[in-house]
Amino acid sequence: MHNLTIAELIKGLQSKEFSSIELTQHFLDRIMTLNPAYNAVITITAENALKTAAVADKRLAAGNAPALCGVPILHKDIFCTRDVRTSCGSKMLDNFIPPYNATVVENFERDGVVVLGKTNMDEFAMGSSNETSFYGAVINPWAVDCVPGGSSGGSAAAIAARLAPGATATDTGGSIRQPAALCGITGLKPTYGRVSRWGMIAFASSLDQGGPMARTAEDCALLLHSMAGFDEKDSTCIDHEVPDYSATLGNSISGLRIGVPKEYFSEGLDVGTEQAVRVALAVLEAQGAELVEISLPNTGLSVPAYYVIAPAEASANLSRFDGVKYGYRCEDPKDLQDLYSRTRAEGFGEEVQRRILIGTYCLSAGYYDAYYGKAQQVRQLIKQDFTSAFKEIDVIMGPTCPSPAFKFGSKGDDPVAMYLEDIYTIATNLAGLPGMSVPCGMVDDKPVGLQIIGNYFDEALMLNIAHQYQQTTDWHNAVPKGIL
Amino acid sequence: MHIERHEIEKLATLARIAINEDTISDVTARLSSVLDLVDQLQAIDTDGVAPMSHPMQSTQRLREDEVTELNQREALQAVAPDIEEGLFLVPKVIE
Amino acid sequence: MSSWETVIGLEVHVQLATKTKIFSGASTTFGAEPNTQACAIDLAMPGTLPVLNKQAVHYAVMFGLAIDAEIAKESAFERKNYFYPDLPKGYQTTQLEKPIVGRGNVEIQLADGRTKNVRIHHAHLEEDAGKSLHEGDFRHGVSGIDLNRAGTPLIEIVSEPDMSNAEEAIAFAKKLHSIVTSIGICDGEMSQGSMRFDVNVSVRRTGAAELGTRTETKNLNSFKFMEECIAKEVERQIDLIEDGGTVLQETRLYNGDTKVARSMRSKEEANDYRYFPCPDLLPVILTDETIEELRRNLPELPDARQARFVAQYGLSDYDAGILAYDSAMAAYFEVATARSGSAKLVANWTMGELAARLNSEDISIVKSPVTAEQLAGLITRIADNSISGKMAKEVFEGIWDGEGNADDIIETRDLKQVSDSGALEQIVAEVLAANQAMVDDYINTDEAKRKKKLGGFMGQIMKASKGQANPQQVNQILAKKLSELL
Repeated sequence: MHNLTIAELIKGLQSKEFSSIELTQHFLDRIMTLNPAYNAVITITAENALKTAAVADKRLAAGNAPALCGVPILHKDIFCTRDVRTSCGSKMLDNFIPPYNATVVENFERDGVVVLGKTNMDEFAMGSSNETSFYGAVINPWAVDCVPGGSSGGSAAAIAARLAPGATATDTGGSIRQPAALCGITGLKPTYGRVSRWGMIAFASSLDQGGPMARTAEDCALLLHSMAGFDEKDSTCIDHEVPDYSATLGNSISGLRIGVPKEYFSEGLDVGTEQAVRVALAVLEAQGAELVEISLPNTGLSVPAYYVIAPAEASANLSRFDGVKYGYRCEDPKDLQDLYSRTRAEGFGEEVQRRILIGTYCLSAGYYDAYYGKAQQVRQLIKQDFTSAFKEIDVIMGPTCPSPAFKFGSKGDDPVAMYLEDIYTIATNLAGLPGMSVPCGMVDDKPVGLQIIGNYFDEALMLNIAHQYQQTTDWHNAVPKGIL
Repeated sequence: MHIERHEIEKLATLARIAINEDTISDVTARLSSVLDLVDQLQAIDTDGVAPMSHPMQSTQRLREDEVTELNQREALQAVAPDIEEGLFLVPKVIE
Repeated sequence: MSSWETVIGLEVHVQLATKTKIFSGASTTFGAEPNTQACAIDLAMPGTLPVLNKQAVHYAVMFGLAIDAEIAKESAFERKNYFYPDLPKGYQTTQLEKPIVGRGNVEIQLADGRTKNVRIHHAHLEEDAGKSLHEGDFRHGVSGIDLNRAGTPLIEIVSEPDMSNAEEAIAFAKKLHSIVTSIGICDGEMSQGSMRFDVNVSVRRTGAAELGTRTETKNLNSFKFMEECIAKEVERQIDLIEDGGTVLQETRLYNGDTKVARSMRSKEEANDYRYFPCPDLLPVILTDETIEELRRNLPELPDARQARFVAQYGLSDYDAGILAYDSAMAAYFEVATARSGSAKLVANWTMGELAARLNSEDISIVKSPVTAEQLAGLITRIADNSISGKMAKEVFEGIWDGEGNADDIIETRDLKQVSDSGALEQIVAEVLAANQAMVDDYINTDEAKRKKKLGGFMGQIMKASKGQANPQQVNQILAKKLSELL
């Protein structure tokens, strides 16, 4: 059952080939047995899962159940789950049990989706390797000495290891797409405002966006349909109709104009990765798409602009973790300042502290204009690059990451080496555009991702293209060695 | 951009993060490295470019003034570190 | 002192009278049990997000319209970052670059009859903080945090430094109080912190071009404390400079109970608020239609009401001003006048006896033990000469003490004034007959001095009538009878 896609599982559930309880138990068993090797799941909610599955089975028996009813998934531990610990990968929230659900969690609950547990992640979603988690690194199922990517590394590894057929994830600078690429699965970061951020613990509010991860584009379409939609509790959530993403998957892509930015194929790109991506583009060309070379001249500025804006927002977003209302509190604070500074020094890991300090610096008196103000202007330039490009083309494609999964600790002591990992993914977050990663090849037995960047609210088209690509390729069906 | 140790200390105070003697030089070095990265922005001509705070050009929705949140003190304080008589306790606040 | 001049500017925090918080649907009712009105958003629980309260925005616009200010068609929120236990998010959501209300003007009236214009720099929307409680039964060295107030909508009104003494500052503060209560955007309950004043004071030698260094005394919540605090601060600064010292730019606190002011050291450590646009809130756009609708529905402003009271009720400017500036008093006056038909008597009683009693017992007119209807009942009896002014005071006391309405008290205490001229003539005749010596004395006195002797007869007559004789009538009858004896 664990090798079936969500679309196949739905068929099995609806034709009573297996029950949701059986399916849920099967995945719970796999998590119990296999997860210790990957550390992808940090909380297992077996009891709740089986309860939900029992209810789902009744709804399925009664007919007219929603499509995803009875399908088990995992939630990234950044989404608040009522009465279930939500740690955000941090010691700060190791004891935090929210009395409310994220809207995304509510939406899946509404549709009868079963939640198997919560996935590991970089602390507060700050990282590209999953090495910053308080709960330890996640192992890439494709190469046990390599990172799964981050920050949604737990969700990506769990899907690759067939611990769940799908999972939720979030993407602030590439946190869905990069781990999807490194783990050989499909992941979609929707348009900013497409998915509610309510109950999704904030890293950088103007960049964060939740989205689905699964093995196929078809599955992502099903998951996104349930996740997305207007939410009056999130002021930045956009009231825009949610299309039936599954309905358009079969559309022909003949005549599609694919923009290929030359800046995405410049120095720093691994040769094997480039080759895989070029081949993928050729496959799409063979399906009738037209490749158009374009330029996104400010691409190189996206990393520096991001490392001002994201830490600045984070420095404020993470001020609420002060040891007063919830979460970690240091022992025996001698006074109020000691309570604050020791709670935060002990509760946050090194990378989180670093980003808070950078953000604090960029906003502080005398530096605001040079850093934050400037970065906001550069952000505008980056957005303009895309706006002009989309006048000529329908989608943009290139590599998701500069290279396949790298070894643990290989980015060394310099945080900047890690930050450059997101060079191709960050610009879409700055612009608010949707982006997607689709498996498109192997280098040294490690997966490579093809990135698809769409125009605002063009998720249906992106999923359609990815699905068409997956109809003629098999990369998304590849199974890591040792996973049976 | 080289950042001075005393600046790190000031940032740590503003951000309420205690930094100990053993790590301050590492913290300083790594922060300087990140600032070198972001300093690339300084070379860019952005005259007349409007700053962008939000990715989407949308406007604030307004909520009706109706009570929707009822008392949930017990549930919300269940995760609080130190509570007495319904109050969150902290070391004495000196104004 | 004459060689110094004082420059005062005010920052005024006005709690808006919305049912719910500015960014959450939790209630704002005052006086609830600690933290029972602090929802997940107010507590800054992880993942929670703000959504702006429409009524708060409309109230802010109404204030702008009331002071004839520019209303920003587009305003925006910033985060002001600092750590404090009563600030759950570690930042206050406020407005800096694009406040909702721009420049405006407030005219103040001074005791000598002059008026003065105080310019408003801007007014912006923001959220209130919670409260730190230092007393209580907690362990030693511990404060308790109540976040019920956190997220209550405020407008902060920032004046230009246009006031030059305490009188002007108080007049300005009272005028603002009058405006916000008249248009119904604030309950005006100062003792509950509904309006709080930060006072910026500096002094300079008369004629000096440069402003002196200013201090800011925060969170004054009574006009009296404000007056005391300004007087003390001006004196302190002048003494300091005359003794060769310099004034430090600092934040201060004034304790109205102990009358002691002090520097707020905790606020002095290098503050760097790192304002930046709040990414969770989008630009607030106001259409012309919305603004015009709010303008059309704006309740009567104090100045307009004053003018109307003069025209409609024939009150003096001064009396009309006193009644019109307090919207609760104005409402009281209008109800009592409508019921009794005697505007001037109602005005005198409202500003006189009633105001004095309310003041001495520190009761707001809204909670007056003598209702407007009851005062109207009393005024009706004064106007139709049923009772004398002296009796009226007694009746008023009775109503105040809860003995019933004017007519009940007049009845049970048998206070009805005797105006029947036949009965009065008889009393006068009896008194004259019983006091022949006084009558003789009156007849023998020089004509020019006789008037002084009348008081003695009056006293006897009032005594004989148990105080119920109508004094004007008695006067006439007495004068007539005495002249007949001459």
